[in-house]
Amino acid sequence: MKTRSIDTSTVAPASRRDFLAVTATGALGAMAATGGGLLLGFGLPARGEIRDTATTQSAFAPNAFLRIDRTGKVTFVMPVIEMGQGTYTSVPMLIAEELEVDVDKVAIEHSPPDDKIYVNPLIGVQMTGGSTAIRGTYIPLRRAGATARVMLVTAAAARWKVEPSACHAENGQVVHGATGRRLGYGSLVDAAAKLPVPENVVLKEPRDFKLIGTPHRRLDTSGKVDGSAKFGIDSRLPGMKFAVVAASPTFGGKLVSLDEAEAKAVPGVTQVVRLGDTVAVVGRHTWAAKQGLAAANPQWDAGPNAQLSTADIVAQLASASQKPGVPARHDGDAAAVMARAARKIDAVYEQPFLAHAAMEPMNCTVHITRAGCNIWVGTQVPGLTQAAVMKVTGLKREQVRIHNHLLGGGFGRRLEFDGTVRAVQIAQQVEGPVQVLWTREEDIQHDMYRPYYYDRLSAGVDATGKALAWTHRIAGSSIVARYSPAWIKNGVDPDAVDGSANQPYGFSDIHVDWVALEPPGVPTAFWRGVGVTRGTFAVESFVDELAANAKQDPLAYRAALLDKNPRAKAVLQLAAQQAGWGKPLPAGQARGIALCTGFGSFIAQVVQVSTYKDGTVQPLHAWCVVDCGVVVNPDTVRAQMESGIVFGLSAALYGEITIKNGRVEQTNFGDYRVLRINEIPQIDVHIVKSLEAPGGIGEPGTSCVMPALTNAIFAASGKRIRKLPVGEQLRTA
Amino acid sequence: MITLNVNGKNRALDVPADMPLLWTLRDVLGMTGTKFGCGMGLCGACTIHIDGQPARSCLTPASAAVAKKITTIEEIGATPAGKKIQAAWLASDVPQCGYCQSGQIMSACALLAANAKPSDSDIDAAMSGNICRCGTYPRIRAAIHQAAGSAREGAK
Repeated sequence: MKTRSIDTSTVAPASRRDFLAVTATGALGAMAATGGGLLLGFGLPARGEIRDTATTQSAFAPNAFLRIDRTGKVTFVMPVIEMGQGTYTSVPMLIAEELEVDVDKVAIEHSPPDDKIYVNPLIGVQMTGGSTAIRGTYIPLRRAGATARVMLVTAAAARWKVEPSACHAENGQVVHGATGRRLGYGSLVDAAAKLPVPENVVLKEPRDFKLIGTPHRRLDTSGKVDGSAKFGIDSRLPGMKFAVVAASPTFGGKLVSLDEAEAKAVPGVTQVVRLGDTVAVVGRHTWAAKQGLAAANPQWDAGPNAQLSTADIVAQLASASQKPGVPARHDGDAAAVMARAARKIDAVYEQPFLAHAAMEPMNCTVHITRAGCNIWVGTQVPGLTQAAVMKVTGLKREQVRIHNHLLGGGFGRRLEFDGTVRAVQIAQQVEGPVQVLWTREEDIQHDMYRPYYYDRLSAGVDATGKALAWTHRIAGSSIVARYSPAWIKNGVDPDAVDGSANQPYGFSDIHVDWVALEPPGVPTAFWRGVGVTRGTFAVESFVDELAANAKQDPLAYRAALLDKNPRAKAVLQLAAQQAGWGKPLPAGQARGIALCTGFGSFIAQVVQVSTYKDGTVQPLHAWCVVDCGVVVNPDTVRAQMESGIVFGLSAALYGEITIKNGRVEQTNFGDYRVLRINEIPQIDVHIVKSLEAPGGIGEPGTSCVMPALTNAIFAASGKRIRKLPVGEQLRTA
Repeated sequence: MITLNVNGKNRALDVPADMPLLWTLRDVLGMTGTKFGCGMGLCGACTIHIDGQPARSCLTPASAAVAKKITTIEEIGATPAGKKIQAAWLASDVPQCGYCQSGQIMSACALLAANAKPSDSDIDAAMSGNICRCGTYPRIRAAIHQAAGSAREGAK
């Protein structure tokens, strides 16, 4: 499968209405017609990379998600972007299931920016994030496919002069059951396009699924094994220049001076662009730009945060969390129960700033002309990115074209459009198209970071150690307050308390509150697992501590608190069973368990570690049981659990961004360490069969593994990890 | 001007002698399959072959490859090891985001070409220079074993 964006040519001076018409009909008429679109509609092999879209009048496009041409070629337009999580396979499976076509022969297109047509119904804008891709598309995209199928069946029945109910669709054809007559979709598109689009269509019953629930090979692999897959960074345009950026190394600093003559003396350097807090050197290739930037030797005014360190931020959080926060959950009377409990147990957990460090460094290619602005980038939010560019350029919506690409990793980083805005500001000063690139050092030192969080938990327990009351105070940055303030309800950031206010265990007396405190100058953003990752580490660590205090088995202790949460209890017990929970292990090895409920899914993991006398920790084995309701592509679920576990282990063992003298200390994969192939545990994933509504799977694997690891470390070594990452903590244990 | 042999073709290029092959390939030749990841030889995303040996193109100056044969991801499928590795990658559904996979495949092909039946520790040694943030490592390992299996069968 090849993917392509809607348009790779220049900005067409079309009106908004025209642009939508093009999108909605899928005609791409303006572009295709210039190459003889009518002719291209026939006879060419059905390959996505060919602009073989039929003309406006021949294409059948009952909605914005699919179209079929007269050759029977089917194209799906993806409302969510592929960033590794398998949506360009599972979402096509949803449409193909109801449309009755061979999903392997479908061409896939990225959607253009449109927060209405391609809205994520769970978010309210066009967004790929929050483990919502399947949850948001499961019904709408099946309906899109079913609608088209009904119209094609109706068209065939009319041609045969039979009842539609006597016909059915299979493998891109309509079949008249009684006579066995068949008509391919391609021969029906003109008639179907003239029919009214039905308002209500009946979706398949799960027992009739042919695709959903059956493992299917990814549709995007071929381009990813031969180098032909196109990421934003692979955009190449005639006459394109290459720019490398450097922003102020301190948060909030300003550019003071640079040596432009030295920069321009580097062969191939064409230009130096100054913005208030950033410099970009432009050249004929990235190497020239990179060397030019070094030669420019920019000097900076360190600005107001010149003395800032991580310790200052932690001290501020510790102090702020002494005082009550905004209640996120208040059931019963935790304070009163705590006061009369046999014992009170307290703990503080800290989780560091984290970088996303996607393998594709931040980049954006921009061409600004008198007609408008074309942008080639990989983004999780095309519509928001377009709006941000409109704001910074003053251009109209139809003048800002976003050509989305496969993402070389997202993890939340590409929910932000700071890089695109910066690239556009640079491109405004450059003649012709320019690719703006962040080196890995810039990517890490100018990320928008997963915030530092400071969690204070207390429990009142009875004489047997049973928890009677639970309090949890979360202090940290509110990403939502910046990103989407409308999501804040009654002063509570729903993301920051996710996994905490709605934690899975049954306490009748529970109080969870929230203290928002922004780290001065440090930009914060969503990171894989968002609030659930943060909350699950604190909750699962503390429950484990309560079990240890009660001298009870961590599995049994948890299970006793889950009587009202049967799906959670079931995955927990199944994970333990699969891991051989309780069976003896060699000296120095132990298992830890954790539960994660979030994104509509239920996950339990057991991690088996070995700890060594020199303080080394080695995760040996991870068992994961996932109940995410209806499964679309089981292999995608499996892959996402594997992915989440590796990503989470990287963060839990090594991940930490620290700040000193107002700047990030880490620079590259040497000091921002991530797991390598020789460091990963064996991973076993078990998927629970379920007919419940689909849950998210992109993130919770990450959320669950961190406490499973640290609980295993406690079991192996007696060292309770209350502050991530694990790092060197066992060396001083 | 320097002349480089890239995927069997001689290319006369007007690039500085110290320009890393990564940028020569990507920015001058427009061959974008080879990826930029770290610029310091830490992540392996830019791995190519020079005379069949894996090399980090981000650190290898163009001048170092003169009179040698450069092979990139775009043509590795034409080699026996490359064909098997790509087939195994497809069969195991290895890639997720896919960005690191060019480098992973180039490292795996070099391993398989030199060692027809790599052990797990051989794989660790050959592949630990290649980072994958999506965590496809278990499948990379499985796919290399699978490719090695078919390599053995092919040798019979």
